[in-house]
Formats: sequence, C-alpha cells, structure tokens
Amino acid sequence: MIKGKAFVLGKNIDTDQIIPAAHLVYSLEDPEERKFYGRYALSGVPSEQSGLPEGGIPLVPEDKFETEFTIIIGGPNFGCGSSREHAPAALQIAGIRAIVSPGYARIFYRNSVDGGFVVPYESFEDLSSKVKTGDELEIDREKREIRNLTQDESYPIKELGSVADIINAGGIFAYAREQGMM
Amino acid sequence: MGMTLTEKILANHSGNKQVKPGDNVWVDVDVLMTHDVCGPPAISIFEKEFGEGARVWDPEKMVIIPDHYIFTKDKYANRNVDILRAFAADQNLPNYYDVGTDRYKGVCHIALPEEGFTRPGEVLFGTDSHTCTAGAFGQFATGIGNTDAAFIMGTGKLWVKVPETMRFVFDGDRLPPYLMAKDIILQIIGDIGVDGATYRTMEFSGPGLKTMNIEDRMTLTNMVIEAGGKNGVVEPDEITEEYVRKRTDKPFTAVYSDPDANYHSTRRYNLEEMVPMVAKPHSPDNKATAEELEGTELTRAYIGSCTGGKLTDFIAAAEIINGNSLKLDTYIVPATTEIARGLETERFNGKTLLQVFKDAGCKIGRASCAACLGGPEDTFGRLNSDEICISSTNRNYPGRMGSKQAQVYLASPYTVAASAVTGKITDPRVFIQETII
Ligand code: SF4
Repeated sequence: MIKGKAFVLGKNIDTDQIIPAAHLVYSLEDPEERKFYGRYALSGVPSEQSGLPEGGIPLVPEDKFETEFTIIIGGPNFGCGSSREHAPAALQIAGIRAIVSPGYARIFYRNSVDGGFVVPYESFEDLSSKVKTGDELEIDREKREIRNLTQDESYPIKELGSVADIINAGGIFAYAREQGMM
Repeated sequence: MGMTLTEKILANHSGNKQVKPGDNVWVDVDVLMTHDVCGPPAISIFEKEFGEGARVWDPEKMVIIPDHYIFTKDKYANRNVDILRAFAADQNLPNYYDVGTDRYKGVCHIALPEEGFTRPGEVLFGTDSHTCTAGAFGQFATGIGNTDAAFIMGTGKLWVKVPETMRFVFDGDRLPPYLMAKDIILQIIGDIGVDGATYRTMEFSGPGLKTMNIEDRMTLTNMVIEAGGKNGVVEPDEITEEYVRKRTDKPFTAVYSDPDANYHSTRRYNLEEMVPMVAKPHSPDNKATAEELEGTELTRAYIGSCTGGKLTDFIAAAEIINGNSLKLDTYIVPATTEIARGLETERFNGKTLLQVFKDAGCKIGRASCAACLGGPEDTFGRLNSDEICISSTNRNYPGRMGSKQAQVYLASPYTVAASAVTGKITDPRVFIQETII
C-alpha cells in the first residue's frame, strides 16, 4: 500500500513543467548528477499552480533533492508534451511513488509503467479540486480506492488493466524476463 | 472485417491476420531513431539490461541523429554527443549523423525522410514525441521513452496497444493561398483539445489532401502529439511515392485503409473555408483566428523546428518578408543542413531566401532544434525572460521556449512573417491577397 502526503496540481501538466528541458543534460546513472533530477522535478510549474489549492509550494524545497510528498494528484492529461522518460524518472528520484489523475498522455503513462518509475493510477473524477496539498492519503490497490485520512473521504480508482503485469513485475525488462522473452 | 491503415501495419508486423483496437501486440521494428537527449540514457539502460558487450539487434535499423543541444557550451550537453559517437563507433552503426562533420543533419524528424528512413507500411519508433511526423509517409510512427528504446535495441520488438482511429476528411479542391497545413492542424487541435486524440490514431484523408505536398502533410502528422495522439497517418499516394523513391532504394509495401474499416469518429473540414489560426499562450489548443488577435503586441518572431522549419515554410515566410523591414527580432532556424543549403539556392524574386531574410535583418541560426524547446541558456533564439513570441513551432506550454515568464503564440510561417513585419499579430491575408490577385 502506498501511503503519504499529497501534492496537488492542475490539468495539462506537461513534461517541460515536470522537468524543464534545460536540466535534461544530467546523467541518470551517476549518483551525484542523478540527484539534480529530484531537485528540479516539477520546477517548471508556474508558482501559483504548484501545490494547490493555495499554490506557491514547490515540490522540492530549493536547497533539497527530495520531497516530503509521496503521491501526486493531477488534473486531466497529466504528462503531455515530450517523450522524455526523464519526467517520470525525475518524479521518482524526488521521492514520488504514485500519481493519480483522470487521464494521462500516453507516452508518459507508458514510460512510467515500462521503466517502473511511478505507478500511474487513474481516478474516475478529477480529484485535484477535492484533495489539498499536504493531505495524508493511502492508495489501496486491492479495494481500488484512495483514502484521504485528513478529510476522511475516499475516492474510487480504476483497475490497472492490461499493464498490471508489467507494473507488478517492476518494468518491461523484468516482465520480459519473467515471460522468457530475453 | 476491414482494418484501418494503422491496424494493418500493426497486424503485418505482429504476425496477426487481424487486430482490433485494444489488442496488445508485440511488433517487429523496422527503424529505431534516437537523439542526443534520450540516446545516452537509452544506451545506458541497454548496457545495463543486456550486459557488457551486448550488440544492437540490427545496426542497419538503428538511426542516431543528434539535434537538440548542439551549438552550446554546456559541458553535459556536449558529453551526450560524445556518448553517441562512442556508441556508434563501438557498435558499427552506419546511420549515425555526427556533429561537426559533413554528415551532420539537424532536426531528426526532418532528417529521417531526407535520408530515406520513412517508408510506407513500416514501423518506426523514436525517442521523441514528434516521431509521429513520419506518419505522413503512410507508416506507423510513434514516440517512446528510453526504456522502451533500450528494449528495442536488444530485441527488435516492442508491445503496442492497437489504437482506435479518428478520421479527419479534407474536402475542397485547393489550399487557399494564405492557408498552410499549420492552420489546419491548429484548428483541429483547438476543436478536439490537447487530449482529444489520446491513445488514438489520427488519420488524414479526403480529396483536399491531394493538394498538399509532402511537407504540408508532415506538418499535420507532426502535431498529432499536441492532441495527445499516438500516431498520425496519411495514406500514401504518388506524392509520397515520388518523395520516398528519390531518397531510398529499399523496397516497401504501402498499405491502405479498407473501405469497411471501423473508425472511432469522422470529422470533415472544407479547406477552402478555413482561415489562419493561432494558439494563444499557454496551450496548443487555446485557439483563436489570427484576425481575432489582430493587433496583439509581440516582441519576437521565430521560424524553425520540425513543425515550421522546412523549406516550404521558409519559402512562405520569404513571400511576405521580401522587401519589408521588420518590427520584431526575427529568428530563422532551418531544421536541417539540407534545408539550410536550400535557403542559399531557392530563390524568391531573383534573391535567395537567405538574402531575403538577411536584407530584412533576420537572425539566422544553424540547423538544430534551437529554441523550440528552450534548452541551455546560450541556445540560439531562446526566450530568456518575458518575451512575447510568435512562433512556427509546436508547443507553447509555460517555459517551453525558455523562461516561464515568456508567452508564446503558435502560428503558420505566413502568420509569423506577417506579424514580424507589423510588430503585432497580423492575419497574413493582409499581405497575401495583395500579391496573389
Ligand atoms: S524541433 Fe522542437 S519539437 Fe522538433 S524535435 Fe526538436 S525540440 Fe522537438
């Protein structure tokens, strides 16, 4: 079960907002350089839209490489824009484990799953107007719901469907090995 | 039951007679393309997962085109190109287009067709979202991430969920002289929204397509991703055939949608009734007509990228810019070195395009992605503060061309050029009707 604080964003959060293009030069392998993806994760989101409803909350404080938040609640079309896998990777490096949105741009979704970075859950409705940044959440995959412990509410989420096997395996390589494809 | 063009290609490449939307299939890959931003991480995943000494599944089928961060002092960006170079040498990859050599090309999505890698009926994946551009040649082409690319490098295969197809039919016998494919795709994205085609194919067809040259068609399929589409396709015809045959001897088999294929939806557009369009900040679906925005203040104009930096885009811009002085700082960035050479040979009213632009005071950049995606601070044309730019590129999300404070209006090269002349957003019909009639 994934448990932790929510970080809330609006609709159409594109990959340039998730990790601005100027930062794509760092190595994802080198442990020292890799940290910068955490530092700059979501740094492209305009300040007033970062950490809703109030805004003005950066995912990662300026002098830090990791965030106190665990779950991103986003509006529709999360991860639109470029195909950069650095986007879900940056969120994972910052400490995010799951995203909940009513819908994803497909390359971002696919990258999140195949690379095993973060679990992209789909909600039935846009939760970005219900959940507040800082709310304590619990994602219960079995019961297919998210519990908001702060507001004492729960919201249904969709089944992971045909990609569940890849998510369970931990990514496309682990899956292909399990299936004897490589 | 009949299949769409996309369904047929995916069936052919997965050993199935028939596929339908929603099926997950493993397809054999004909071409894998990567560039300097996503290539190095894909390579390191490949080496980690397949082990030291692993070989690329088919060196002929892997194409590496550095294009994003090329003319910069940024040491990390330059290191990325070094990684590509070393990998290409180590793996004996014939299709590597190295920076600083005669082989250097520029923007990958335009380089791919120029070098003959976009062939009807084939499957092409690339580590870049605008890989969908190649659908203009009747192939299945889509963007993927580094992990998927690494997987292909080792196995030559990838899983794909068969998408539903949305059909866009163009009626009309001609593209009006002031209208460009960019206007059409901005209109469509504005109509269906930035997630209007998510997970789906956008198939363009109808008599109006016959009036569009290959570069017009590439503009349409290029921006499919801005509507969330998985891929875009245009049925191949003589125009496609002629272009591809000039660029490659490799055999290919074109496929076509069946008349009884199933579509998610069909929309029709009459080209002759369409008008110049603009996408306002900060989203490609934030549509308005150029006329509605007439008079909006600007500080910069930018013509370049895989969307609006092709030769025909510059020919269009030159028609308007020629003989005028410009009120905006205007940046010209040819997508590829081939197009850059075209600027020196193609003429308008006796002057080369390059001369037209230089005489008007434009700043001319070298072939690459340049400021289309911002990039390192020293990138040519980058919006470093609160500029208000009208651009022939494809995205205007906050910070896309550099600073979060900047504002970007997306438009056709005609509209960008007309606006550069007046200093404000200007409907190109102001200029073009005068010269055509
Ligand atoms: S020109 Fe722009 S959109 Fe095209 S590949 Fe380069 S960065 Fe991407």
